Amino acid sequence: MNDAMVMLNLNMQAILPQTVLILFALLIMMVDAFGSGATEEHAGAKGALPWIAIVGILSAGAATAWAWGKTPVSFQGQAINDHFALSINLVVLLAALLAVLFSTSYIQKVNRQIGEYYALILLCTVGMMLMGAATDLIVLFVALEIFSLALYILTGLHRANPRSTEAAMKYFLLGAFASAFFVYGAALLYGATGATQYDAIAFIVSNGQADPYLLYAGIGLLIVGFGFKVSLVPFHMWTPDVYQGAPTPVTAFMSAGTKAAAFAGLARLLVLALPAAQPQWGWILAIFATLTMILGNLAAVRQQSLKRMLAYSTIAHAGYILAALVPGTVEGADAALFYLFTYAFMNMGAFAIIMTLEEKVGEDALQENARGLNQRAPLLAFLMAVFMFSLSGMPPLAGFFGKFFVFRAAVNGGWAWLAVVGMITSAIAAYYYLRVVVAMYFEKPSAEREATVPHTWPALQIGLAIAAAFTIVVGILPSFWAGIMQSGFGW
Amino acid sequence: MIQFAWLLLAFPAAGALINLFFGRRLSKNAIGAIASGAVIGAFAVAVMLLVALLGLPAEERAVTVTLWQWITVGTLDIKAALLIDPLSVVMALVVTGVGGLIHVYAISYMHDDAMFQRFFVYLNFFIFSMLILVLSDSFAGMFVGWEGVGLASYLLIGFWFDRKDDLYGWYADAGKKAFIVNRIGDFGMLVAMMAIWAALGTLTFHDVFAQAEAGMLAAGTATLICLMLLLGATGKSAQIPLFVWLPDAMAGPTPVSALIHAATMVTAGIYMIARTQPLWHLAPDASTVAAWIGALTALMAASVALVQTDLKKVLAYSTVSQLGYMMLGVGVAAYGASIFHLLTHAVFKALLFLAAGSVMHGLHGETDMRKMGGLKAKMPATYWTFLAGTIALAGIPLTSGFLSKDGILLGALVHSPVLYVVGLFTALLTAIYAFRMFFLVFHGEPRDKKLIDHAHESPRLITWPLWILAGLSLVDSLLNLPFILTLEKFLEPALGAHEEPALTLELLALALSVVISLLGLAMAYGLYMRRDGWAQNLKKSLSFMQGPLENKWYFDEVYNTAVVNPLKAIGGWFTSFFDPRVIDGAVNGVAHGTSRLGEYARRLQNGYVPTYALSILVGVAAVVVYFLFI
Repeated sequence: MNDAMVMLNLNMQAILPQTVLILFALLIMMVDAFGSGATEEHAGAKGALPWIAIVGILSAGAATAWAWGKTPVSFQGQAINDHFALSINLVVLLAALLAVLFSTSYIQKVNRQIGEYYALILLCTVGMMLMGAATDLIVLFVALEIFSLALYILTGLHRANPRSTEAAMKYFLLGAFASAFFVYGAALLYGATGATQYDAIAFIVSNGQADPYLLYAGIGLLIVGFGFKVSLVPFHMWTPDVYQGAPTPVTAFMSAGTKAAAFAGLARLLVLALPAAQPQWGWILAIFATLTMILGNLAAVRQQSLKRMLAYSTIAHAGYILAALVPGTVEGADAALFYLFTYAFMNMGAFAIIMTLEEKVGEDALQENARGLNQRAPLLAFLMAVFMFSLSGMPPLAGFFGKFFVFRAAVNGGWAWLAVVGMITSAIAAYYYLRVVVAMYFEKPSAEREATVPHTWPALQIGLAIAAAFTIVVGILPSFWAGIMQSGFGW
Repeated sequence: MIQFAWLLLAFPAAGALINLFFGRRLSKNAIGAIASGAVIGAFAVAVMLLVALLGLPAEERAVTVTLWQWITVGTLDIKAALLIDPLSVVMALVVTGVGGLIHVYAISYMHDDAMFQRFFVYLNFFIFSMLILVLSDSFAGMFVGWEGVGLASYLLIGFWFDRKDDLYGWYADAGKKAFIVNRIGDFGMLVAMMAIWAALGTLTFHDVFAQAEAGMLAAGTATLICLMLLLGATGKSAQIPLFVWLPDAMAGPTPVSALIHAATMVTAGIYMIARTQPLWHLAPDASTVAAWIGALTALMAASVALVQTDLKKVLAYSTVSQLGYMMLGVGVAAYGASIFHLLTHAVFKALLFLAAGSVMHGLHGETDMRKMGGLKAKMPATYWTFLAGTIALAGIPLTSGFLSKDGILLGALVHSPVLYVVGLFTALLTAIYAFRMFFLVFHGEPRDKKLIDHAHESPRLITWPLWILAGLSLVDSLLNLPFILTLEKFLEPALGAHEEPALTLELLALALSVVISLLGLAMAYGLYMRRDGWAQNLKKSLSFMQGPLENKWYFDEVYNTAVVNPLKAIGGWFTSFFDPRVIDGAVNGVAHGTSRLGEYARRLQNGYVPTYALSILVGVAAVVVYFLFI
């Protein structure tokens, strides 16, 4: 096939899931704008918005499934729908689905502009999916900005809550700062290789034609940009503040979706385009992974706020995932992908339970809110225990196999000491996860909370059921799901 | 047809789950009907599988039904798959057939128990696990079932965990004893599996046996594997040295004793050896050990059964003894005869246990035979069915027990005359203790008048299963008549061809068995019914045996002195010193240090954006410095 043919053939199907989701986001904005006046009688149209979003997410899922197993096609060399991209699509769409389910009847108490909210969630999802599909530095950056900008707004959605606004401001300022490094890194990489497309970069780097100074500085700054998004130490400091301040469904979505998207981008860039430079970037990643695992877990130990605790835990999990990428092997990319998958539902499930523990919408949920939960709502307590056990890596739940594959990838890649650090810090992590279980099952609720039952609603229950089902089933049939979540890179 | 074999597992699984989650809202009859219906449904599936197998030519009667990919780690690749062949189908028929009757019986027997729902959930879970054990196509799958039945056994022995009496101590402790002793056997199973994996790189039966038969297993390795499997079998099937848990297991409700500790679970070790027989052909030494363990266990347990005064304990030792026969059978490569005896024993021993349960039901839980006597008139149905079980156990000619036991003895005779003599002598003891028990319970004058006067026959839900089992125990010998050997021929694809002994030998063995069993009956009649002078003299001259027998040959005492108490002493030292000081000290120290570090980490977070930006900048500087200068 010659170049002219490629130009004529746009290969729109390569970005079909993203396109579908954009159309649904537009539809939501239309319905929001024309479907509801100022009066109450149009409330019905607003109530339909989350369901439109869900239909959109499922349609994008169907589009992803349609492309499954077919020969990957590239959208002009900019983005591709290979197995890796499709797997990331599934993870991100699952996160978006859970986020929408959790948001119903919660988010309108935070902000009445729910039309924007669901549209932004979908657009954010588009950006995240594109991160996994991008095969060009420019597309990668655009994808990064699409979802980042949406997240800044979503974080500040609770305008009446100063903490939410403060979080949005911090996230935006520091995000802009990190994006600058990211762009600078991309520019340096372009300077070193004269290309923005991964295949060209890989070719030039592996032939040793790239200027080493520009190349390594570029890689380093790109790692900084990614490191900010996935909250690696020392680029993590925004995470607890933003996680605590953002409305909880947004936090849940952010924790799973951002992580999946940014790690997808990082994995594709390093493993696919820059494997030749692994001896250089491997060590820096290993150091970041070590710092992140240690500091994230240590800081989580003393948190009183459940959201802050999970924020530090999310930092720690980033360290585990990074450990899989250090060797630069396909096995490591597979392991990271599987981990992102398991992390999405178990962590979002935990956030959903935290939502029900908030006494006033937007108010923080503390450790003591969970005390005696088993007496007040045994089912919720049980689900929370499942999520906590899974997050701490207890077999036979999904989290165990996530950790198992990740550490195995590190060991097989010749980085056994990283796996050892991971296992030791996991032991610390068990302390703060199980403390929640202890509080729920072995402590008595304070007098004023004794009679209060956490508020749930059907959509939230569906979401929780999905998250719990995945946590258990993936733990029982890990091989089957690992077979689905395989990187399978194509160009 | 055979592809639907998973239904066999689905029925009891569904029964257990329905009763677990909805049992609280259901009536007792509904719970019982669901649980029994599940097992009877599974039985119907097993019958269908049998029909399907019979429709295939003999050499194709081994179908693997793959359910899903279970574990894939490295080169370890295990499928969740069922192996449908004559052996597994026969086992499934025994488990679900006898199990179904016992479920029906238990509806009435357990009716007044507060934990009725829990009982049937456990019982269905047991059937589910037992079917996994016998149907799995690999060592790994079999081990899952192996552990599952162990768990069910533990839960059901200690079912009345809040009870305590002189016979068993705390019932919960009896459950613990069973579990812990079985762990020793499980250790053997695990070592055997690891050795197989290390030597052959696979765990599925088909591949292991194919490679073993192709000579890829060294004789030494095969012996090690078989000895470890034998250790597992001695635990599960209550053989010397690990039989000590089974007598205590009688603390469980009687249907449990009948189902788990007589008919099915305890035969798992026998099944396992029969299933793995290609390995045992490579390890004749291990087979000889198995044969001797079986023969000695049979003799030892039969001798102890002679002097037991508790009805269920007699049956327990009798079970140990009969399992010894089966072990002897598989040890001398009479696999078909062993499985036949397993089948007949499952029927007549379940019958005896259930009939004993009926006696207990009529006597308000009394199991002491010294208080019984003269129950014949009070409980006619129980009497006649118990008699059917007794003559089968005693091996009276033409009963099922006679033929199946004779098959094993014949195998022993071909192998070694000494083993045969031990087995034959045990048969004599068996006949004596079987009729002793029968006469003491049902004949003679009531020894506790008040108790016997209040006795009553059990309701129909209890007696019907007894009649069915009694009928079966009289006719199931037709399955495998001498020289025709229908069952053994059917089992041949799984167990290998039957060895044809010399005709004279076979007739001689039959004749001797007839004589021995009738002699035993006569002796029991003289000893416990007519109380003749010669019998009393014999008893007196053997009175020096009284002490060792009543104390079960001191097995428990020796184990307590040699193993349990030293371990307890070590454990005491660990709890009083090592754990609080060394372990807790270290753990608390680490926890304290971690907590302090956590506090420092928390303080870094001061909330100011410039600090955060500075942190990023430090990271950038570090990265750039690393890449450019190192």
